Amino acid sequence: MDAQTIDPIVRLIWLAGAVAFVLGLIRMNSPATARNGNLLSSGGMTLTLGATAVWLLILPPTGSFNPVGWVIILAGVVIGGGYGLYSARTLPMTAMPQLVSLFNAVGGGAAALIAINEYLRVIGVPGLQENVATVLDVVIGSVTFTGSLIASGKLMGLRITPSRPVMIPGGQLVTGLLALIAVAGAIFLFAGNYNLAVMAAILAAALIFGVTMTLPIGGADMPVVISLLNSFTGTAVAMAGFVLNNPVLIIAGALVGASGAILTKLMADAMNRSVLNILVGGFGGAEGSVAAVGAGGGTVREVSIDDAAIQLAYASSVIVVPGYGLAVAQAQHAVRELAEQLEDRGVDVKYAIHPVAGRMPGHMNVLLAEANVPYPQLREMEDINPEFERTDVALVIGANDVTNPAARRPGSPVSGMPILDVDHAKNIIVIKRSMGRGYAGIDNELYTNPKTGMLFADAKAGLAELVGAVKGL
Amino acid sequence: MNIDLAFTIFVLAILCGFAVISKVPATLHTPLMSGANSIHGIVLVGAMIIATSADDPLSYFLAFVAVAFASLNVVGGYVVTDRMLQMFRRKPAAPKTEKVEA
Repeated sequence: MDAQTIDPIVRLIWLAGAVAFVLGLIRMNSPATARNGNLLSSGGMTLTLGATAVWLLILPPTGSFNPVGWVIILAGVVIGGGYGLYSARTLPMTAMPQLVSLFNAVGGGAAALIAINEYLRVIGVPGLQENVATVLDVVIGSVTFTGSLIASGKLMGLRITPSRPVMIPGGQLVTGLLALIAVAGAIFLFAGNYNLAVMAAILAAALIFGVTMTLPIGGADMPVVISLLNSFTGTAVAMAGFVLNNPVLIIAGALVGASGAILTKLMADAMNRSVLNILVGGFGGAEGSVAAVGAGGGTVREVSIDDAAIQLAYASSVIVVPGYGLAVAQAQHAVRELAEQLEDRGVDVKYAIHPVAGRMPGHMNVLLAEANVPYPQLREMEDINPEFERTDVALVIGANDVTNPAARRPGSPVSGMPILDVDHAKNIIVIKRSMGRGYAGIDNELYTNPKTGMLFADAKAGLAELVGAVKGL
Repeated sequence: MNIDLAFTIFVLAILCGFAVISKVPATLHTPLMSGANSIHGIVLVGAMIIATSADDPLSYFLAFVAVAFASLNVVGGYVVTDRMLQMFRRKPAAPKTEKVEA
């Protein structure tokens, strides 16, 4: 096929890819069609990338075949794609959120690199359009690169990026200064100047801004932040499309930028938080109320494995409340085993899934589904909350903030967050490793409730012992 | 492509992005985010373009990192999304295990 016919064909295939992305995203709105939607989207992606490879082979941008360039593409795809495939396949489900954040970081990084590369190769002074697109691509791409890496590190609980909010001394001042550098630099370049040093200063300011923006935000808000950064990456990719004058980058980037923004809003709404509030670091300044809650607290009652087993085995209804502790301990199989034991004894077992239990919405569903917990037993918050008062035992496994009754009163850092009404159950057993606090960094009043028995254990080990104890009854 | 045409496409795609997200159940928030995350792996197209038009060591280096980053995004993104969504299957494996247990 000659060069004249291949160009429009490739562009039509790009259009088909874009259509697949849109339809794929629509299908991912509903559980029944979601997997199919993702497959459709990946099909569109494969088609688009394949067509691009053919296009670049037949119509090389420099006019002739570039062997080194192709070696680099192959090496990059093998290394990057290989690591992507490996990590996405092998990492445990608990590590999914940080993995998504990592993939987002490198996407933003790639978009920024494209703009940097094009800027280095510019001949003469670029026009205003090129300058605007380049600066925006560099800024947004760099912020999302370092921001997502920090978010990923926070979710992994790395020591340099603890999940609690980290206050940067003079944070507001630093942020203001960085913004000033970026804006002043941008204005200078937009005025028709070409200056590598100024571009480098903008790049550095954006990279640091990504860090200072994410560090002060607490782990509980990370899902919303990752979603916001995901939307940023989409926008950066669209800007890369403007830099390279490529329609498919513009379309797909803008699509993700906009849908990611809506999704961020939905996620923040599910936690009853505003995006702005999160970015300002709402959970951070909660020290005062910690003391207030702690002072009102009573004593904690411990319960033994055998007592807990008896309570569970002779209950007529049990609601399991899983949280991040369950995910960390990989206790999803153990909990299913316990539930089966109890069901054999005629106990009615359900699972109460808080929309943001775990570290990401849907985290618990994914984990429990992996352990083959029957889907109908998983109940959403609005659905199950009225049932707690008729329930004999609520078994809380590694869940904290989402059960804290303090959320019902104003004045607490978790105020207004929808919670599971665990304290309405007749008895409460909490399996937890220690009295440590959740993300919000506050004490949980549920633990000092007289109805509550604390079972201090690792979720998996504790559940295994409970299974043994129930069997022995 | 003229800038006005590019900008037209950009704005229409944004409107499209706003429209594709409707009332999503909370359980699908994470997979949906991950799905959107893989779509911006399209940046690999741009990385391939800069790799084939590179002609000096620095450009080759930047292009290589961009291609590797973009490939990590696109491959990892789709695989991890699929893995999450696989978990939502209504137990096709169930009859098998039940038979074994019975």
